[in-house]
Amino acid sequence: MSPILEINNLYKNYGAVEVLKDINVSIDPGDFLVLVGPSGCGKSTLLNCIAGLEPISGGALHIGGRDMTHVSPKDRDIAMVFQSYALYPTMTVAKNITFGMTVRGVDPATKERKLAQVARQLQIEKLLNRRPGQLSGGQRQRVAMGRALVRDPKLFLFDEPLSNLDAKLRVEMRTEIKALHQNLGASMVYVTHDQIEAMTLATKIVVMKGGVIQQIGTPSEIYNRPANLFVADFMGSPAMNLIPAKARSNGEGTRIEIARNSGKPIVLTDARNRGLPEDVILGVRPEDIVEPDLRPGRYVQEADCVVDIVEPAGADTFVVMQLGGRQVTARLHSETAARPGNPHRLAFDLGKVSYFAPDTGQRLN
Amino acid sequence: MTDLAISPARSQRRTGRIALRWLLYTMLGLFALYYLMPLFVMITTSLKSLEEIRTGDLVALPREVTFDAWKTAWSGACTGVQCDGVRPYFWNSVLIAVPAVSISTLLGAMNGYVVAQWRFRGANIIFSLMLFGCFIPFQVVLLPMARILGLMGLAGTIPGLIFTHVIYGIGFTTLFFRNYYVTIPAELVKAAKVDGAGFFRIFWSIFLPLSLPIIVVTVIWQFTQIWNDFLFGVSFSQAGTQPITVALNNIVNSTTGVKEYNVDMAAAIIAALPTLLVYVVAGKYFIRGLTAGSVKG
Repeated sequence: MSPILEINNLYKNYGAVEVLKDINVSIDPGDFLVLVGPSGCGKSTLLNCIAGLEPISGGALHIGGRDMTHVSPKDRDIAMVFQSYALYPTMTVAKNITFGMTVRGVDPATKERKLAQVARQLQIEKLLNRRPGQLSGGQRQRVAMGRALVRDPKLFLFDEPLSNLDAKLRVEMRTEIKALHQNLGASMVYVTHDQIEAMTLATKIVVMKGGVIQQIGTPSEIYNRPANLFVADFMGSPAMNLIPAKARSNGEGTRIEIARNSGKPIVLTDARNRGLPEDVILGVRPEDIVEPDLRPGRYVQEADCVVDIVEPAGADTFVVMQLGGRQVTARLHSETAARPGNPHRLAFDLGKVSYFAPDTGQRLN
Repeated sequence: MTDLAISPARSQRRTGRIALRWLLYTMLGLFALYYLMPLFVMITTSLKSLEEIRTGDLVALPREVTFDAWKTAWSGACTGVQCDGVRPYFWNSVLIAVPAVSISTLLGAMNGYVVAQWRFRGANIIFSLMLFGCFIPFQVVLLPMARILGLMGLAGTIPGLIFTHVIYGIGFTTLFFRNYYVTIPAELVKAAKVDGAGFFRIFWSIFLPLSLPIIVVTVIWQFTQIWNDFLFGVSFSQAGTQPITVALNNIVNSTTGVKEYNVDMAAAIIAALPTLLVYVVAGKYFIRGLTAGSVKG
């Protein structure tokens, strides 16, 4: 199976400013690729480069096996959904959806047939004669999707399509996009700054920062084995706890020592990882610090910690404490006995921890 | 609310408010009267006979309404040696204004579209230069324009005047359209590009249909400027091609003997009528267009 989209050594400069540096990505047919990162990381620029709306400064870009580096957007066999939806304000919904076909001179019968098909698929049949100004945000979103679907392209591009919707509608549309992807089996590239959107939708995630790819992987790889401190901190909510610690190898494995403001340091023994440098940053997800009886396992180590803050959140209760000079969050069950100011026994699941080098931020294990 | 009766302080405040209201209306009324007075004098004078003007009061209503002065102004008044009234010059003005307004508006729309949505290297400099063109006084361009019209063989012709007005108007029309199009999200152009539309297709199918308010503003502005222009008209025309403003001047200034105030007034009103008409018909859109900011998708 040849990749549907292949980007090799792509660079993009605005004058002297390098916006994208040495981007290499490839996705297979049916993949849902999500570009995620904080604002200004170059993810939208990369999408525009894929669409051909921004010329690239170096490298090559193939879509469906064809070199598209210098091909104009209309000939790239793509469709794009924009953040502001970019519906043509003076045209009806029907005209908006068929505008591309009108431009390409498709015969009216085919146009009608495809319009009807897409309208049925998205349940917007009743809206076809309205104008964008008369639609709600969610309806506009659907029409924008319709305009993309009707093209039946090799590659769908989405530029933060849900960020203008309210929270409830956003979750609904997210599910709908996921369903659409499963039903169509289409290849998609999706830009978002929302890491939850990235995790739920993607089959493959690209995490970007400052125009450089930080990590490419499946959602589970990105979540469980972040490549560096940035990815570890960016993906996941609440964020991964990143705790400065001292590591020393001994007979049983590695002895991890975490300083505390008062009292003795916490000492945990990691039997899996060896050969770590002395100074490390220990990365533990909040759900890997739990009540002792809830998490059996070979690598679970227990310790008493003084709890500072207790935050009930319905299904879970988050407790915050000070470890290694950082605020550390643990995810406990809702009926936890933890009280602010009191010590509480917690289990650290060392089977799933990450270690990072404090100076370079790179993953060590 | 604990106290339902109107307290003295509150009733005092109420009286104060009403007094202020009245003062405001009186002031506005006085200003309106002040501005409308000349128009009133013009209309009444144009409907009086010369006899009545000589003997009567300037602001009095006509004792006997007569349209003779209008008839003379339209087709009989003398501009120098010719005595055809303002009619031929009225049509000259129409022949100048209609193409000049259309062409400058269309070019302004196109320029504004390019400057606002097709950013190219130096777009800002070019736009600044065009903006600068708005601030060049008429008098400064007279001599160079005369030379250029001469070189083009358009001196003293109606196409020459159209050309002059189009060139002079492009700065303004570009400014209007540019400021309007800047508020249209750039994603609209991107979407159309992905849909396969090119430069002109996007302009015709997406931008022009959005532009009605700003087209109205531009047309009113340009029509008023061009119709009321005197300096270009008097400088770049000859005997048969003068616009109505020049003819009006000639009627008023070249009469000998008794001054026919009623004819002068009627001619002046005829000259002003088209711009008045444009304001009455499209004024509503003018205000709306000037205040129209964002285009909601």
